[in-house]
Amino acid sequence: MNTTHYLVAGASHAGLEAVHRIRLVDETSPITLVTRDAHAPYSPTILPYVVSGQSAPERVVLRPADYFLQHNVTLISDNELVSIDETGKQVTLKSGDRWQYAKLLLATGADPIIPPIPGLSETPYHVLRTMQHAIDLRDHAGKVKRAVVLGAGLIGMHGAENLRHAGLDVTIVEMCDQVLPGYFDARAAAVIEHAFNANGIRMLMGSRVVRVEPLGDGCRITLENGDSLEADLLLVATGVKPQLDYLKGTSVQVDQGILVDRRMRTDAPHIWAAGDVAQAADFYGEEKVMMGILPDAVTQGAVAAMDMTEDHALKPYIGGVPINTYTFFGQQAISVGQSLADASLEELTRVDEDHGRYLKILLKENRLQGISSINQEMDAGIMWQLILRKVDLTPVKDAFIARPLETGRALMSSTWR
Amino acid sequence: MTAYNTIAFDPSRCELCNDCDACITACAQVKSGSDDPLYSRIKIVAGFNGNPPELALCRQCGDPECVKSCPSTALTKNPDTGLIDWEKSLCVDCLLCTVGCSYGGITYNATLKHVAKCDLCDGDPACVKACPSGALSYITSAGIFNEQHEREDLFVPGLSACQGCNSEMIMRHSLRKVGPDTVLATPPGCIPGMGSVGFNGTTGTKVPVFHPLLTNTASMLAGLKKQYNRMGRNVTAMALAGDGGAGDVGFQSLSGAAERNDQILFICVDNEGYMNTGMQASGSTSYGSWTTTTPVGSEMKGKRTSQKNLAMIMMNHNCEYVATASTAFVEDYYEKLDKALAASERGFAYLHIYSPCPTGWRFPSSQTIEVCRKGVETNFAPLWEYERGGDLHFTHPIDNPLPVEAYLNLSGKYRHVNAEQLACIQQQVNERVRTLKRYAGQ
Repeated sequence: MNTTHYLVAGASHAGLEAVHRIRLVDETSPITLVTRDAHAPYSPTILPYVVSGQSAPERVVLRPADYFLQHNVTLISDNELVSIDETGKQVTLKSGDRWQYAKLLLATGADPIIPPIPGLSETPYHVLRTMQHAIDLRDHAGKVKRAVVLGAGLIGMHGAENLRHAGLDVTIVEMCDQVLPGYFDARAAAVIEHAFNANGIRMLMGSRVVRVEPLGDGCRITLENGDSLEADLLLVATGVKPQLDYLKGTSVQVDQGILVDRRMRTDAPHIWAAGDVAQAADFYGEEKVMMGILPDAVTQGAVAAMDMTEDHALKPYIGGVPINTYTFFGQQAISVGQSLADASLEELTRVDEDHGRYLKILLKENRLQGISSINQEMDAGIMWQLILRKVDLTPVKDAFIARPLETGRALMSSTWR
Repeated sequence: MTAYNTIAFDPSRCELCNDCDACITACAQVKSGSDDPLYSRIKIVAGFNGNPPELALCRQCGDPECVKSCPSTALTKNPDTGLIDWEKSLCVDCLLCTVGCSYGGITYNATLKHVAKCDLCDGDPACVKACPSGALSYITSAGIFNEQHEREDLFVPGLSACQGCNSEMIMRHSLRKVGPDTVLATPPGCIPGMGSVGFNGTTGTKVPVFHPLLTNTASMLAGLKKQYNRMGRNVTAMALAGDGGAGDVGFQSLSGAAERNDQILFICVDNEGYMNTGMQASGSTSYGSWTTTTPVGSEMKGKRTSQKNLAMIMMNHNCEYVATASTAFVEDYYEKLDKALAASERGFAYLHIYSPCPTGWRFPSSQTIEVCRKGVETNFAPLWEYERGGDLHFTHPIDNPLPVEAYLNLSGKYRHVNAEQLACIQQQVNERVRTLKRYAGQ
């Protein structure tokens, strides 16, 4: 039996931030970090750039090996949790090793969803969630001409663009009528879709795949309308969800992910969860939500670690705010907070067709609820803070609407001193 | 923790130049060879509703969110320089760093097609050099804090000074530097009052400390020093006294020791009054100040007489070394402390440290250093030094002083000051500088 004080499962942004925060206040208690990956810690966000060759796998390591030595962290790679005994405060790893913990953080991320498309399981396809996936996809992409991407979410869009940069003919097949639903409104989505078309990516929106079958070294994809596509390479990017089998037999409550409170505590004693695996408070409503974005994973990892270490500076998690900084073919679409107006919101929109610029501000009782822009200079972090802090914009409302960038900077700068 | 050099911004000075944008142009020029403000990594933005200007610039945060939000490792915190370094070849232009930053310190440049941020120009920032008003300054005192960190704090933890107390900072810094071979005298005042002389049967220092009467601090130290000299031990005889213990009640012994040029390091922490006993006025209390013995009512409008200039009085003793100092200018203070310590081996060394008091002067505890700084920048508290036989020398000359209101407005003790009193205070400040300049041979 191995013993540790803190056991952190998952070595991406939430897990690494938790380790960092723990060491800020607890320099000595043993920390053990378990990751299923054989590679050194990396960000899932970087993977599409590994596919295109822009990022080399060995240059995107989030923590060098000596970081773990210096901070007295035992890193266990290529291993993962298979079960938890919450009363005995023990976990069993895939290797069969057992670890006794005092406090356990689950930051195990999410896995690709494989849609139940007839024939898919018999057909070779790629997903993109781990470094090995990215390397495999990159190597395969280097040898073929035609790629089909299922899904126009973030991974699908980034994946498609980077496959295009790698020189392939790319087609995206998406069930929804717009790209990146939930992050951008239809207008912003149309600009993004247009840029993809203009850069030679075929966009088959509102299309459902009814069958996939192997064809030579590649595959054939049949759509609901009867059309069919042939591809040398198929990337399935239809979303992610956490793999939670290791929770069997515990009192950890789950819905889409692990349900946590505002301190990232699960329903089981001494067990916390953070990042893509967690389903936590929503900033806007009562329902707990899956956020799945990097800055939020960092925040959740920090909150969990501060609670685990009983750090008095802990401020409970305010709730998730959707944020997306999306760059595509040299353009930028940025969305912070709500992207769709409802009856309770004041909507202000500014369009500059000539320069392909667009700005939308959503206010509620003179407080910022959401802001989205295309090809406009935008400080996403400042807007995020204005939303989170519920800053009353009444005294500066006209200035904020006319010049959100400068006014936001002045507001946040004034909080610095 | 390591301290790092940094750019400081003073909005009240920036305001004076009315959107000159010199820093912005200088940054754009040095980073991109262009005058286009879009290339600048420093942005001055108008304050809202008539407030002073604000600053969008990388703060080189200690625990930076931009670095944590970077998936490509293009952003890293450099542990040696404190800079947040950006490596172009690693960046994938995802803009997630801009989500991490609450101050607009890292922004996307649509022409360059990547993010850009301040790199402090390798320690010689172009914006600071270009700033005509001194609103931007490059603070290099970090080295002092790193160096002092290595030395032992010779006061115990847990002294009960008020929040924001300047005196506690002065005494901890000073004794750290002076070192353990010291006998310390702290006559009645805030410094022993906060527990440094001892409580519950233990002393509040890790060096021998004693609590003389207000009247005899300097003479007791003179005797102690002579005895140590007789024993052949090199021990610094040091006093940490308030302005009352130095210049009022303590003055005859102080003057005598200075006249005899006894080997003493005498530090006067001047908070302009008897702050620990309930904020009564002293001879150092400035004209117009509210104190509990110079109240503000229908007749009296604060102190009616001017403060005496104790540092100049000490200079006229022609002792070994006399200097004024302020905690807003620590590099200056440490140079003077070094000189004073060396001078105290030869004779009498006197340091006069302006020490604004948040409790007694009525300003927020977060503003102590700002009040100190404004005192110097308005010439209310000029920084100078004098070595026996030489001229007075300004160590931080202020060529274009701010109007004295910039200093007075920060403290509640001057809140009632009317136009007539203000003119009087400004005149006193001007006269004092004129007198000092005569001593400086200017």
